[in-house]
Amino acid sequence: MTKEECKQVVLDIIAEIAPDEDLSNISPDVRLRDQLDLDSMDFLDIVMELRKQYGIEVPEEDYPQLASLDSCAEYLTPKFKEVSA
Amino acid sequence: MSKSLSSRIVITGVGLTAPNGNSLAEFRQNLLSGTGRIANIEMRYMGQVHAGVCDYDARKYQTRRELRNSTRAGSIAVYCSREAVTDSGIEWEGLDTSRVGVYVGTTEHGNVETEHEIYNISQYDYDVRFWSHHHNPRTVANNPAGEVTLNMGIHGPHYAIGAACAAGNAGIIQGYQMLLLGEVDLALAGGVSESIQSFGIFAGFKSQGALAVHEDPNKASRPFDKARNGIVVSEGGAIYTLERLEDAKARGAKIYAEIVGYHLNSDATDAVLPNSERQVQCMKAALRKAGLQPSEIDIVNTHATSTPQGDAQECQAIRELFPVEVCPETRINNTKSYIGHAMGAAGALELAGNLPSFEDGLVHPTINVEDLDPECALGNLVMNEPEKRPEIRTILNNSFGMLGINSCLIVKKFAE
Repeated sequence: MTKEECKQVVLDIIAEIAPDEDLSNISPDVRLRDQLDLDSMDFLDIVMELRKQYGIEVPEEDYPQLASLDSCAEYLTPKFKEVSA
Repeated sequence: MSKSLSSRIVITGVGLTAPNGNSLAEFRQNLLSGTGRIANIEMRYMGQVHAGVCDYDARKYQTRRELRNSTRAGSIAVYCSREAVTDSGIEWEGLDTSRVGVYVGTTEHGNVETEHEIYNISQYDYDVRFWSHHHNPRTVANNPAGEVTLNMGIHGPHYAIGAACAAGNAGIIQGYQMLLLGEVDLALAGGVSESIQSFGIFAGFKSQGALAVHEDPNKASRPFDKARNGIVVSEGGAIYTLERLEDAKARGAKIYAEIVGYHLNSDATDAVLPNSERQVQCMKAALRKAGLQPSEIDIVNTHATSTPQGDAQECQAIRELFPVEVCPETRINNTKSYIGHAMGAAGALELAGNLPSFEDGLVHPTINVEDLDPECALGNLVMNEPEKRPEIRTILNNSFGMLGINSCLIVKKFAE
């Protein structure tokens, strides 16, 4: 999975969690919570969906790695490679 | 003794969803035309069951995201509360919402979410890492009332009133009492039910021999019929705006009714079987508070759920308190014959279905009585067709629940 594909995976999950949000103009380098109306429970939904849909575990200490789309891609792309290996 | 305006509590707005109506007007129309709307739904582990399903527009007051996080009971409570406030004509903008209380009756809350979560983790070999972080906020007892405060920005008290199937009446009584105490200036009070999403509710009634079965789902809930064989479980809700009379008058509000009497008591005899002696005591105490004689009650809206024993017990209680010879003007009816048993919403919804009688002078009938059980043959039972009366001024509404909780609420057509 490329980093761009990884970003799309995260966006698809956010689209389920925050169905009223317009995701067409998300800046990849800006914190998601600064652009979208996401609360801590929504954030935990993202972690849960990564676990359910892709078998990816994000330990609590790594949550800050999911702040923006860019940081998600940096952090998650190797994890996607691990689970698909 | 006359009461001061601040000690008289009135109903000024109604919001509801029932299987056969999403507004008071639609609900009433269907109660007068004999139209129920019970469906067959697929129940996890059980196959098809009869159920009362509501089709209110949940998106009217909640975003898709809110609905994703909302429980069904919470969503119903939000819909009903917002409809009630709109109906009341209260100016919401600028209102001091710290003086608004939300009192929502529920038979149970949390079963639905817990069952869903157990099913969910069963798909992951019961690995609790997949248990939702939404489980606890969704299952706390105050969830439906709390969702109303979140949606409407209400800062006054909110909580659930758990009183089994008497909860709808108990919610209204709680609102009434809090207004009398001066704790709030506006009460959003009533009851809700999401029970049709819980297989456990259906399976429990089935194991108890109390789940209705009929080839036509709309005939399954048939209180007083000889062949009645149990309850049709339904979802729904009814929330009222309650205000002190002085406040309602000051803003020129439409007044649906005045709450003039109520009572709650406990059987202390059995967890599930009713007790007609205590039901009589409950109704008598409510009449006493209202300062009314039984013969002054125009409509007795029964709790009867279509179980063989429960209906007969209530009829025994009503026969004792409202004998036809003494109460020739009193009419008896039942609303569950249309909508099934809406559990925590039942008392509140059934009251709503009868409130328009003050305006139209009609008693909605109990339907589906094909072969009246002699044990339920009350002289003035209105069956299958509405009955026009010269005037309807008082309604007594019964709701009883498991663990022997009885409730009785009396409302009166408003008069100065």
